[in-house]
Amino acid sequence: MSLVNLIITLALLIAVAYFWAHSRSLALAKPLGGIRHLHSLPLYYGLRGAVWCGLPALVVLCLWLMFDDPVVQSLVLAGLPADAVPSGPAERSLLLSTVVNVASGALPVADQPAAVAAAAERYNALRGTGQLLIAVITLGVAISGLLWGVRRMSPQLRARQEVERVFRWALLACASIAIFATLGIVVSVLFEALRFFEAVPLTDFLFGLEWSPQTAIRADQVGSSGAFGAVPLFMGTLLISAIALLVAVPVGLMSAIYLGEYAGPRLRNIAKPALEILAGVPTVVYGFFAALSVAPFIRDLGASLGLSVSSESALAAGLVMGVMIIPFVSSLADDVITAVPRSLRDGSLALGATRSETVKKVIIPAALPGIVGGVLLAASRAIGETMIVVMAAGMAARLTLNPLEAVTTVTVQIVTLLVGDQEFDSPKTLAAFALGLMLFLITLLLNVIALYIVKKYRELYD
Amino acid sequence: MTEHKASTAEIIRASLKRRYRAERRFRLYGILAVSFGLLAVLLLLTDIIGKGHGAFRQTYVQLLIHYDPDVLGIASATDPAALALGDYEALVRQALHQRFGEPVERAGRRELHALISNAAGYELQDRLRANPALLGASETLWLLADDDIDAWFKSRGGGAEFTSRMGERKLAWVDSLLEKGEIALHFNLDFFTRGDSREPEQAGIGGAVKGSLLTLAITLLLSFPIGVAAAIYLEEFAPQNRWTDFIEVNINNLAAVPSVIFGLLGLAVFINFFHMPRSAPVLGGVVLALVTLPTVIISSRAAIKSVPPSIREAALGVGASRMQVVLGHVLPLAMPGMLTGAILGMARALGESAPLLMIGMVAFIVDVPHGFTDPATVLPVQIFLWADSPERAFVEKTSGAIMVLLAFLTLMNALAVVLRKRLERRW
Repeated sequence: MSLVNLIITLALLIAVAYFWAHSRSLALAKPLGGIRHLHSLPLYYGLRGAVWCGLPALVVLCLWLMFDDPVVQSLVLAGLPADAVPSGPAERSLLLSTVVNVASGALPVADQPAAVAAAAERYNALRGTGQLLIAVITLGVAISGLLWGVRRMSPQLRARQEVERVFRWALLACASIAIFATLGIVVSVLFEALRFFEAVPLTDFLFGLEWSPQTAIRADQVGSSGAFGAVPLFMGTLLISAIALLVAVPVGLMSAIYLGEYAGPRLRNIAKPALEILAGVPTVVYGFFAALSVAPFIRDLGASLGLSVSSESALAAGLVMGVMIIPFVSSLADDVITAVPRSLRDGSLALGATRSETVKKVIIPAALPGIVGGVLLAASRAIGETMIVVMAAGMAARLTLNPLEAVTTVTVQIVTLLVGDQEFDSPKTLAAFALGLMLFLITLLLNVIALYIVKKYRELYD
Repeated sequence: MTEHKASTAEIIRASLKRRYRAERRFRLYGILAVSFGLLAVLLLLTDIIGKGHGAFRQTYVQLLIHYDPDVLGIASATDPAALALGDYEALVRQALHQRFGEPVERAGRRELHALISNAAGYELQDRLRANPALLGASETLWLLADDDIDAWFKSRGGGAEFTSRMGERKLAWVDSLLEKGEIALHFNLDFFTRGDSREPEQAGIGGAVKGSLLTLAITLLLSFPIGVAAAIYLEEFAPQNRWTDFIEVNINNLAAVPSVIFGLLGLAVFINFFHMPRSAPVLGGVVLALVTLPTVIISSRAAIKSVPPSIREAALGVGASRMQVVLGHVLPLAMPGMLTGAILGMARALGESAPLLMIGMVAFIVDVPHGFTDPATVLPVQIFLWADSPERAFVEKTSGAIMVLLAFLTLMNALAVVLRKRLERRW
């Protein structure tokens, strides 16, 4: 029985359970004189029946789906003659995938040694038995759950409470997915990064000045060892993010101030949504804009001024990234500026200060923690931004602070190292996870600090 | 004493000019900042539209095609195997030779054959299959032109004429077509229905749009129910304890994790550990569901918060259980706000590409995907792929695809705004 059919059958069983329990609750109520003599509404008896039927069976099915592949594979390996099983884990997984491909018919049986052909047959047989087994177990669990649930029904049964308890646990499970996602990120990135640090020492990675992650095809190849010094990447990321913030912070802050303090409602109602468009444009569009319009423009401009500008300059990527985070900065700044109490503003104006003096000497100092928090959030956004730099910044890791040259960033390297074919035992691939770990830690730190500052600041005026 | 007072007033008066100047300057900075932002919006949109509007029309060339059985190598039109094996490109070559005369040397012939896209052969095959009676007959057809001809034809008369890939002979041939009106721009329906191609004139966004829809369907199915359930738990049921705090911290952090990290998660956990199919919409949907989950949770919580406590108290007062209060009263009232949040989350997922690069959705995929486990790509990733292509004609295609993407996003945002205006209640 295939998985789809199994799930459909299970769904049918659950529906049967619901209607059976529902009608049985009505039958129980009839001799007593109506459903008001039941503890719960018939709906809850029905739901309880469905839960008893479906939940245990689904748990069993999920556990099976998680563990059937490894179990079948180890059984197949164990069934092979001892001399046919290679010792290395890489060769073993290669053999396994050959077996699986032969079994599915993707590879012709004729070209394979007898042991593999036998293993493939065994694999198919095991698969077949396994599917039959799980179908029987799941449906057995479902039916027994159904019968047990219905048998225990009585007019006094607290069906509503039971159903609500299950619902509540389901809600908690959904809320906890955020934790599992974070855990998944930390574990997966950390695990692969640790494997990377076994091959490349942590100090070489953090303080090395050269980045050239070639993989060696032969051991005696020139440059086969590769160099995994991440400092040029950190510098490149910093350079581009700094350019972006130099654009976004003044522009975002000033437009928030102007639209909040000076502009009339007409201008505000047009300009604010227009600026918000920038936040809704996908980053890949900014990347295209940076790579095909801004970068050539800057290169030609530089050429006409007698400067040599790389066609993938850090300036172009940073500039466009800055434009992208303008609405982010301005909406955060707008939030904190409007949170400054009216009385501070009125007091300053009443003393005869002009509006700009009020802004500069009263509002900004009062809103400073919030603004700093917003800038930190913007910085974390800029550091983690991927598509713009992948499309508009270069690939060459160069240690420079010149914005007219091409630099590369952490995110660019993660993408270039992981796009295409990967082998999970080379430091080249694992390096991406080490970079991912760094990126995760840095953005996490920035976010925690920023959220802490913003929270403290909100408490100040609330 | 009076003298001293007068001088203070004078000092202030003297400083007023400077202070007003500073005021005007400050105001100017504000205006400059706002105009910089607006200018950026304007530049971005005009640049994209200026480059991309041509993608919706494609150059076609009119030729008289004679379905010559000898050239095709097909004896009988009723034999499907023979129809599949016919040399249809030879028909196009023959038609070109008849129209322009056969050049003597090979280079010239190759140049002549390059006028028409190699998709034309397939079109002729489809026509003959649909109507076998055409064998031996002739018809006049508009055939897809090569992308170099297309680029030149569209840039004609627009200042910078694109002639770098047009030899003198090609120009002469095309000029003769122009004189007789046998070259023209037609609406490019293929752009919306076809999959990717290495030939710009044949490339379309159909596959990518379908892939995006399949991916978004999975994302919506996962992130909306889970997000709403999480929001209900946190707002209505969560006790004040460490676990709840921990959940909140995690949601806030997840919202700020760079999206590329989710790609690493997808690669390490979903592909290497759970063995989900690489490049498939189902995998992309799961990863994007995680990316959008914090957004959905946060907006759903805001929607639940905006339902006034009096509703809950009234329901509790007439004897409803907490679960009945939530499912029967709070949830329906908060639903418009939640839907708005979900649409905005989906708009974000539609534009997201970085995590999908990591899980193999950058593959070159020609076929339009039909199911959740077929290899597929999505619209933003298609844009990324085309933006990297060296052919000039792909710039136009890329911008066209961006226009379609922006149109989808505008539509979704407009829907969210309408939903909010129509359904949201003010208490």
